[in-house]
Amino acid sequence: MKISFTLNGKANQIDVPSDRRVIDILREDLNLTGTKEGCSGGECGACTILVDGESRLACLMLAAQLEGRSVTTIEGIASEDRLHPLQEAFVEHGAVQCGFCIPGMVLSAVDLLQRNPNPTRMEIRQGLSGNLCRCTGYQKIVDAVKAAALKMK
Amino acid sequence: MRKVFLPHTPEELWEVLRAEPQAAVYAGGTDLLVKLRQCLVDPSCLVCLERIEELKGVQEFGHEVFIGACSTHAYLLANPIIRSNFPVLTRALELLGSPPIRNMGTIGGNICTASPAADSLPPLYVLEAEVEIRSKNTSRRMALKEFIQGPGKTSLQPGEIVSGIWVKKTPGYNLHHFEKVGQRKALAISIASLAGLLRASEKGVIEEARFAWGSVGPTIITSPEVEKALVGNRLSRPILEKAACLARSAVDPIDDIRASGEYRRLVSGNLMVRLLTLQREVCH
Repeated sequence: MKISFTLNGKANQIDVPSDRRVIDILREDLNLTGTKEGCSGGECGACTILVDGESRLACLMLAAQLEGRSVTTIEGIASEDRLHPLQEAFVEHGAVQCGFCIPGMVLSAVDLLQRNPNPTRMEIRQGLSGNLCRCTGYQKIVDAVKAAALKMK
Repeated sequence: MRKVFLPHTPEELWEVLRAEPQAAVYAGGTDLLVKLRQCLVDPSCLVCLERIEELKGVQEFGHEVFIGACSTHAYLLANPIIRSNFPVLTRALELLGSPPIRNMGTIGGNICTASPAADSLPPLYVLEAEVEIRSKNTSRRMALKEFIQGPGKTSLQPGEIVSGIWVKKTPGYNLHHFEKVGQRKALAISIASLAGLLRASEKGVIEEARFAWGSVGPTIITSPEVEKALVGNRLSRPILEKAACLARSAVDPIDDIRASGEYRRLVSGNLMVRLLTLQREVCH
């Protein structure tokens, strides 16, 4: 099935089985391995991407559903010469340990800050409640999102 | 490989369902695609409803509200008609899944999956919701509590979809409660949940009460005995302890990987006692 969609700001056309999972298209067909597969069942958030600006799980989305959509992966949020303020904040605040949860965490934070540019720490925790981290205990992740929100105002 | 159809109109949908009677229908996919991955279902093909605009949205018709089945939980949480009229549903949707799950999952999907642990169901039961079922040539309404027949079972026939949910506004009710117990604060399938809709007088005397428990029976549990026990009384600890005992007799929980039946029965009663927090809202 031929599918046309926008990927990280660029028009894209692929020809794949209509039931191929979006996570497999991104990682294996398009070599965008920033999106991670953790649980394959919607319970960990490692595969979080943005579709038309909203966070969705690439492991629970099928190729046919991409038609006409605008998809953003972690590879698509930095600009030409600079990391996204959230990426900078994650680095500055020591929010990254093994790194596996981070792409999903950052994209969920992008969605959160779009909806709520000045969240409290509790609202950040709720906004990121779909992303599990086994390393950090979340504290520095919340610090980073809080700091990025200030920078992005 | 299974073909995935993406109809944009009801007409396209009926045509696909006619041609593919063994198709599995989904909207958000947060239940079906998980089951597919685990090989628990084996449909001939898939039909995704997400592009059919007629199946989305919230409309007010006087004292009734119609919720399109393909409305996502996130859409409903942001919708002023839902937020102002149905706090009990809003509270449950806030606790359902996680932000991306709420961006994808739909209220129609939550109903049609008919898990006994579905978080939208206890509120929809206390709101006495009706489902609207459509096929190519028919349209009917049915009480939600009759539509859901057992775990994972509904009265949907081949060629039919749930097109939406009718909910009556409840202006007299002034106490709205929903609480769920799970292994974590988000991404948690309920171990036990309670939705409550109450009308209390100015002095705090309960005049009407509706309750529904989730995850503690093959379908949502309701109990006229518990409701009667509260009417005419204030929400005091002795009254709620009595109601808790009645609740524990009303529920029919099983042991599963998340909790034992014994624990669920205990918690079903405890959830009633926690209504003491509501009493504070009523006191002037």
